[in-house]
Amino acid sequence: MAKYSLSINGKKFSIEAEPDTPLLWVIRDYVGLKGTKFGCGMALCGACTVHLDGEPIRSCSTPVSTLKAANRITTIEGISANTDHAIQKAWIEAQVPQCGYCQSGQIMSAVALLKSNPNPNDEDIDAAMSGNICRCGTYPRIRKAIHRAADLIKESGNTTGK
Amino acid sequence: MQKTLNIDRRNFLKYSGLTGTALILGFSSSEAIPNREVLNLSRIAESFELTPFVIIEKSGQITIMNSKPEMGQGTFQSIPSLIAEELEVPLNKVIIKQTSGEKQFGAQTAGGSSSVRGSYANLRKTGASAREMLIKAASQQWSVPVEECYAEDVKVFHKPSGRSFSYGELVETASRLEVPKNPALKDPKDFKILGKPVQRPDIPLKVSGEAVFGMDAEVQGMVYASVERCPVFGGKIRKIDDSLTLKVKGVKQVVKAQRTLGKNTYEVVAVIAENYWAALKGRKALKVEWDYQGFDQFNTLDYEKNLRELAKTEGLVDHNAGDFEGTFAQAPLKLEAFYETPILSHSPMEPMNCLAQWKEGDQVEIWVSSQGPDSVKRSVAEAFGIPQENVKVNIFFNGGGFGRRLYQDFATEATSIAKAVGVGKPVKVIWTREDDTQQGPFRPMTFSALKAGLSSDGKAIAFQHKVIAPSIGATMNKSYDRTKSDGTMTEGISEQQYEIPNVKNLFVLSETHIPMAAWRAVTSTTLAFSHECFLDEMAVKAGKNSFDFRMELLNKESDTKRVLTKLREVSGWDKPLPKGWGRGIAQWEFFAGLAGQVVEVSKRKDGSIKIEKVYAVIDLGTVVNPDNTKAQVEGAITMAIGAATKDGITFEKGMVQQSNFHDNRMVRISEMPKVEVHILAEGGTKIKGVGEPGLPPLAPALANAIFNATGVRIRRLPFDLDKIV
Ligand code: FES
Ligand code: FES
Repeated sequence: MAKYSLSINGKKFSIEAEPDTPLLWVIRDYVGLKGTKFGCGMALCGACTVHLDGEPIRSCSTPVSTLKAANRITTIEGISANTDHAIQKAWIEAQVPQCGYCQSGQIMSAVALLKSNPNPNDEDIDAAMSGNICRCGTYPRIRKAIHRAADLIKESGNTTGK
Repeated sequence: MQKTLNIDRRNFLKYSGLTGTALILGFSSSEAIPNREVLNLSRIAESFELTPFVIIEKSGQITIMNSKPEMGQGTFQSIPSLIAEELEVPLNKVIIKQTSGEKQFGAQTAGGSSSVRGSYANLRKTGASAREMLIKAASQQWSVPVEECYAEDVKVFHKPSGRSFSYGELVETASRLEVPKNPALKDPKDFKILGKPVQRPDIPLKVSGEAVFGMDAEVQGMVYASVERCPVFGGKIRKIDDSLTLKVKGVKQVVKAQRTLGKNTYEVVAVIAENYWAALKGRKALKVEWDYQGFDQFNTLDYEKNLRELAKTEGLVDHNAGDFEGTFAQAPLKLEAFYETPILSHSPMEPMNCLAQWKEGDQVEIWVSSQGPDSVKRSVAEAFGIPQENVKVNIFFNGGGFGRRLYQDFATEATSIAKAVGVGKPVKVIWTREDDTQQGPFRPMTFSALKAGLSSDGKAIAFQHKVIAPSIGATMNKSYDRTKSDGTMTEGISEQQYEIPNVKNLFVLSETHIPMAAWRAVTSTTLAFSHECFLDEMAVKAGKNSFDFRMELLNKESDTKRVLTKLREVSGWDKPLPKGWGRGIAQWEFFAGLAGQVVEVSKRKDGSIKIEKVYAVIDLGTVVNPDNTKAQVEGAITMAIGAATKDGITFEKGMVQQSNFHDNRMVRISEMPKVEVHILAEGGTKIKGVGEPGLPPLAPALANAIFNATGVRIRRLPFDLDKIV
């Protein structure tokens, strides 16, 4: 067991865990944020995607010992206060989720995409989102919603998407 | 449906803060007639007579029960909508609660695209009864004629005076009235919810991360388990060496338990730990010696050979009309073909999991994602020989079902583990993706031997589809009739509307110990492929356009004919395609419904095939939510592309060779073609399902398109789009 101090969604957490414990289980079972999902445990499906200093990572394959207190970790719960990030609004408008299980990961990947590329075309979307499996097949709506979110951000002039 | 989703009768009342009188309407599932009781709190808690589908409280709060678990298909919106529409309340003013297998709610299993079809009449009637009672109550309170009153937006209005009562204010009076036996249902042209692209109430929760799935269920004091199951189905434990496991920090104990799956019971070893990671590490350190009981002889290559051998036997008659043998023997044009398909895993994104607690007095409580709260209750009660009333079930959003969560082995197993760990200790079992991929049950493979005879002018006059396959029923149920054709395994082949005068369809059972299960659209997912590709082969033999050939066999008016006609129009079938492109068509009618698709493909320079576009027409009879219907068809098409072009499940030495998404690949967004869905909602003969019919036509339409583009006829699934030519 070792002690770790983590910054998740702007809050400090200090937890005690085995060094090889994946960040996914730390977030879910130690910190108690259940929005981040377990899908494969092998960085193959993207269900566990969170942001590390703004970059999408697979938390299932990130041992807690590799993180530093200065790292900013963001989960789906930290994306917006009232489900009103442009991506989330577009997701609701396009009625993207079906079962919903993959969607936290999809949204985290999409938010990161728009941050690095505010104007993605379909190929950009496919490239950025290919690590996220949706077994329910919401892909056509994901594409549509990302385009819509890009427009919403442009209209609002607020590049953070919030 | 967040933290409040799981309710039992008592909690439910506590939760809704029900005091004094409320108007509670439902129906008893046996009679399907609305009944009503005006009850005080304690009576309701006792009563098992009532099926309270809608509860209107004096406070004005309205609760509608959803009896069909939400797994992505949209029942969380569609089922309550049936009541809300008739009751004149918008969905955002209603609390929706999931039932938990309580007997009086009747069948609560979501499957077979049946949820809306099965509930449509009864739930609308329930909502309409409540509306009529509230209107009557208002007319009495005002002493005005009923005809002068109408309901709208949770209020009853008096038209001449413009006065209104909220529903809450009418509850007391309404609850003393007789329940109308035949309430007037709304005219569909006045619908505000049904038939409209209404937003689903579960979606904001799934966008914020708040939606609670079985995986997220937690109770005080629970421990975690990871379970070692025999890699060979049917193997028994010979020896367990847990010495290293018990040294892993956080591991508490190792227990033997059982997983009951239909008629099968498998021995398992569970590693119990303080946290899931420790359980997983403990399991990696565990050494179990299995006695494979000879089942390690099983492999896919031999099993396929066996199916091809069995194809030579006559089999059981599924359908027989006219004189197939005679006509086929004499037919001027003949063709025969053999089609093959693989076993598949369901692989919902949420791996199987279950939290179970064995309590004092043989009481069990379960927290789980399942397609059927009632079947969880039944399966657990049967496995442990306890009354169903002893099993309390809490159902959560399902992170995908696709048929996998119709089988409650994850619940029987978790219960067995919890029992072994000890009274009072809740145990959360989480399957790894590898467990989920390898432990079944699976979609069965089917092989098909097809024969057709054509007249000299190229019309089909004789047709035979012989299915050679393992059976879901034979591998799951103790009582299975081996003397009759298996309707599930021949699903749809004798239901197509094509007018062919001489048909003899057959079924040959192939025994296996591998557990087989329903998979979204069940056996239609493989049989539509063989059947509709062979139809295309017949068209080619006849020298006819695939579309015209089919239409020549559809002289009578039928839903199939309407679907194909619409498909021709929306897909631009008669317009020329760019060079190197091809298009194919297929349709399928089966128990769940009817859909048709046209797929367009192109050949890339390197010879690989790109799926350019899919046009789909789904026939519904009536549509509850057109936008959600489109979503379901889009999803079904995605899943079907995977089933046709990705990986099957194969066995060697009795073990599944695939393990995770690298070798059991799923469709990714970059592989997703454009999809255009059209709904035929009017003129149909009956209400049809939404969740499954979009699946079966894809594989044959795609294979037919590839033939059209390349001249290569595909007769085996899966096929690799990069290696067609
Ligand atoms: S759970 Fe991490 S990528 Fe699948
Ligand atoms: S919405 Fe179900 S897996 Fe994506």
